[in-house]
Amino acid sequence: MDVVLDNASAVALAFGYTLSLFVVAGVLSGIFGTLLAAMRVGPVAVLSRAAAIYVTLVRNTPLLIVIIFFRFAGPKIGLTWSFVDISIGDLNLNNLYAACVVGLTVYTTAFVCEALRSGVNAVDLGQAEAARAIGLPFSGVMREVVLPQAMRASVPPLASVQIAMLKNTTVCGVLGVLEAFARMKGLTNDYASSRTEIFVAFALIFVVLVEVLSFASARLERRWRVA
Amino acid sequence: MAAAVLFDAPGPKTVRRHRIYTLVASLSLLAVLAFIALRLQQTGQFAYVKWEPLLTPKYIEALLVDGLLKTLQMAFTSIIFAVVFGVVFGVGKLSEHAWVRWPCWAVVEFFRAVPVLLMMIFFFYEVKVAGGVSNGTTGAYWSVVAALTVYNGAVLAEVFRAGVLAVPRGQAEAAYAIGMRKTQVMSLILLPQAVKIMLPAIISQCVVALKDTSLGYAIGAIGLSTVGRSIYNGFQNQIQTVFVMALLYIVVNYLLTLVATWVQHKLVGQRKPLEVGMVGGPTPDRTLV
Repeated sequence: MDVVLDNASAVALAFGYTLSLFVVAGVLSGIFGTLLAAMRVGPVAVLSRAAAIYVTLVRNTPLLIVIIFFRFAGPKIGLTWSFVDISIGDLNLNNLYAACVVGLTVYTTAFVCEALRSGVNAVDLGQAEAARAIGLPFSGVMREVVLPQAMRASVPPLASVQIAMLKNTTVCGVLGVLEAFARMKGLTNDYASSRTEIFVAFALIFVVLVEVLSFASARLERRWRVA
Repeated sequence: MAAAVLFDAPGPKTVRRHRIYTLVASLSLLAVLAFIALRLQQTGQFAYVKWEPLLTPKYIEALLVDGLLKTLQMAFTSIIFAVVFGVVFGVGKLSEHAWVRWPCWAVVEFFRAVPVLLMMIFFFYEVKVAGGVSNGTTGAYWSVVAALTVYNGAVLAEVFRAGVLAVPRGQAEAAYAIGMRKTQVMSLILLPQAVKIMLPAIISQCVVALKDTSLGYAIGAIGLSTVGRSIYNGFQNQIQTVFVMALLYIVVNYLLTLVATWVQHKLVGQRKPLEVGMVGGPTPDRTLV
């Protein structure tokens, strides 16, 4: 454990990057995923088809390939994100970081859309029928009856998606962001003999992060459970 | 939920409105596509030089044999090991003995929560230091397989547990009633019935494993992503190579998904596919899809 404790500030900074990637990509994918899910279940056939194609394509592509696209192929057509250059404390959010965030967002959006759609699907058919029987229009059916229940039902799949995304941020470490995976690799190179301790320490931090997230989602799920 | 339930059959006014929406949506989608195409055109991405490497037999062979074939090999090797790992720990988690159950639980939770890449690089350093198999690419290959085995094994352990628990309780009770032992009940009664429910989930897990083999990139394991890297580094045709790599992954994964859906219909019928969340705990089973 000494190695990790001696480099505590570097490790903390690395997890700072991991968490910032998680938060930024999580929020963005939440927003775009909701829009995509709206397109997917909405009445306009073209949009629904387009959203379905997007989900199929992105879901079947490895995250690494998606990020490689934004990291190495994007600059070839002028997608450089060079306008991104923010420093928050020791965190340096540059164009590499932005490319990774965009990749993570593009990838996770597809999964968020599917999670939300499964939430809509989980609402009992009779609910929508009853809502229509009392004369609510489409907007009313969705706003008053289906969506409130769908949001609750989609908490567990959404939490799954975002937990997977937290673990997926390590892929950014391969492509130039100095987050937890890159730091672990660096430390292992510097202190080869204590590689097991380093791995266990980093792995346990991830276990703790994942458990915190899943605990939070379990609490939410219980509080919001449909009676 | 069938979309038709959410809204009425549209009347003449709504039909007109929907036509306008459709028109606007189609135009904006076309505009986006046209913009991308224009951008590619302007930066000369359609030039034959950029595509030439991907049409040369030598590189096609590298992509398909060293790339795709190795990737598939890694994915299927690890899935086979993962199924064994999953059966052992999934059944272990169902054990009546706390001293078996808790260690199995801890192992499964640990490997589900740790990112695959961390395990991959750890195994890679381990085999490198251990020597033996470290000569060149063999070590990298087995590091990828080992990391994917433990990760997917842990996920499959949950799938197996959920599958066994999904078998109606009367089955096990009846088996005990005619005097079977615990191992007999598990191996003759519960697992065979559970496999039917689990098969679609296992095939879906193959897609995850296949996608994760791309992470071998980080340790230089020969696979589609690594072969792609050497091609685009050599020819500076990132756009084209990434396009081809993505296409190969999408085709293979899409075929696997189709197989999973087919198996689902064949074996499980209209019931909801077995879903095992990252979080654990019961998933709502009241669905009408």
